Amino acid sequence: MANATHRPSFTERHSQWVLLAPALTLLCVAAFGPLFIVAIYSFLTPGDYGGVVWKFSTEAWFNVFAERDIFDETIGFADAHLAIFWRSLRLALITTVVAFLFGFPTAYFIATRPAHQRNLWMLLIMVPFWTNLLIRTFAIMELIRNEGVVNTLLMGLGIINEPIQMLYTDFAIMVGMLYVYLPLMVLPIYASLERFDFSLVEAGYDLYANRLKVLRKVILPVTRPGIVAGSILVLIPALGAYVTPRVLGGGKRMMLGNLIELQFGQGRNWPLGAALAMLLLLIVMATMVFYVRAAGREGGGHG
Amino acid sequence: MIEIDSVSKVFGSGATAFTALNDVSVTIRENEFFTLLGPSGCGKTTLLRTIAGFNAPSSGSVRLDGEDLVALPPYKRPVNTVFQNYALFPHMTVAENIGFGLDMLNRPKSEIKATVAEMLELVQMTPMADRRTSEISGGQQQRVALARALAPRPKVLLLDEPLSALDYKLRKGMQVELKRLQNETGITFVFVTHDQEEALSMSDRIAVMSNSRILQVGSPHDIYDHPAERFVAEFIGETNFLTGKIAGQEGETLRVALDVGGEIIARQPPGDPAGQAVTVAVRPEHAHFCAPDSAEATVTGEVSNVVYLGTDTHFHLVLSDGTPFALRLQNTPERAADAKLGDRVGIRVAPGVAQVLRD
Repeated sequence: MANATHRPSFTERHSQWVLLAPALTLLCVAAFGPLFIVAIYSFLTPGDYGGVVWKFSTEAWFNVFAERDIFDETIGFADAHLAIFWRSLRLALITTVVAFLFGFPTAYFIATRPAHQRNLWMLLIMVPFWTNLLIRTFAIMELIRNEGVVNTLLMGLGIINEPIQMLYTDFAIMVGMLYVYLPLMVLPIYASLERFDFSLVEAGYDLYANRLKVLRKVILPVTRPGIVAGSILVLIPALGAYVTPRVLGGGKRMMLGNLIELQFGQGRNWPLGAALAMLLLLIVMATMVFYVRAAGREGGGHG
Repeated sequence: MIEIDSVSKVFGSGATAFTALNDVSVTIRENEFFTLLGPSGCGKTTLLRTIAGFNAPSSGSVRLDGEDLVALPPYKRPVNTVFQNYALFPHMTVAENIGFGLDMLNRPKSEIKATVAEMLELVQMTPMADRRTSEISGGQQQRVALARALAPRPKVLLLDEPLSALDYKLRKGMQVELKRLQNETGITFVFVTHDQEEALSMSDRIAVMSNSRILQVGSPHDIYDHPAERFVAEFIGETNFLTGKIAGQEGETLRVALDVGGEIIARQPPGDPAGQAVTVAVRPEHAHFCAPDSAEATVTGEVSNVVYLGTDTHFHLVLSDGTPFALRLQNTPERAADAKLGDRVGIRVAPGVAQVLRD
């Protein structure tokens, strides 16, 4: 427009709000509303058969971190809860790191194929994503259970005499989450690698950087926005994973998602469940802030 | 000194194989501004990339000061490149870009800092040191790319059409700047371009390439005045081609009986001409007017068009057998009005000025 000092007219500002309205409505009704309810429930008293009694209480938040001995009322740490928090965080972080280690080379491979082949490769990455989560998780189970494909093969080859116990371990949960969330890592990294100017790699080689240094000093920093996005996309659902630890962890190896479900289900302690859900939200937010800060520090303004 | 010895490069195989370099041999001297000139697809960039190490020759050898380069990966060659699109690192500042090569060579921090400052000075970019490469203009990016490639003090600097993305005025300025940098640093420059004017104005020597081969190597003067082949004569500047038969030899020159009538004394091509029938190349500014059908007239023709261009005037002529001929005169104040449209004029070409072509 010729007029550089043009200000939006009333109708223009008005129409912007109209355009935003569907998204805002959805956000209020579907995101902030339920969140608000959960936040309130966490400060109420549990009902006898589930549900809540409208009486203010901080008992739920107290029970998140601590527990009273049933006999002498002494206060101690809620070890079971803390173990579950720790397992959730640890497994989610390990899954993210391993997903990066698998996902980056995969994305690099696809991005360096001829243009007409790339979509086919991406389709292959996406196909498992279209299958039901439960079915995929049971497929992993079939692979790693004691009589499963991996153990049968290893025993058949005479490498091991007894099946390795993989199912119902943290390892099983990690493998399951890795399989499920890997496409979420590959996609954003592929997107930034596809835009990546590979003449930068030649420039790196030309300026005395060997392969490893080109990867560390050129490719990784330039594609950092994609790596950060992929890590966040894997980390967040992994922290709240429910189905995978339920099926592959066998009920004993719980993650935060399972603990929350337990409180709303058999536990009949909705306020505790709500408090745990809020805590998960806080952990996710804290992790993200930490991660984005750490990633942004070196990457600077690029991206 | 770079010795390129019978280098061939074939991309692909079987029916889709493409020969990008066909038995290319050339020696590039130390401290020389050497230009590879040719139309796109002639193999000049492939040859440059072969020196840089980005592609390995299918056969032949490349030696730098006697050392075989082919066995070395690009990061071990004392050769740096200025890329056509500059390929500056977007996640680094101008100063970090320039220091990258030295950093990779594990030079001490103090030395890197000093060299970067010196390079910034050299390309007049000191005030921009802490800018990101996306925050500077195309011409400035160009200079950063140059400084980055010069900072590690390579033995040879390779430049892959570095000026093609700049606008005309900036390009003219950079041409002078490049020449200055080459003089100041004493580094051998190998410059790739398809722009003949650029090649003529900057180079110590030019290699004209076409169809994966080097056709002629020589100084700009040599290449322009004495093209060896029709392609070279056509690609660089404007040229008139006259066909004829060799009528005799006089020292370094050949007497050619022109098909259009008359005789011309022209320089011998390098190597023997293929047969009796030859083509003679005459630059438009090497011909002059004289009285038609006079003794000094080499050929006679009629003026079909006159184009005034400020510094000079172009006359389009038609010879008696219909061959077009262009003649160019500089517009000096002393010059009297010469030919008008429709005039019958004689054209004089001094002996030994025209060039007999090889093919």
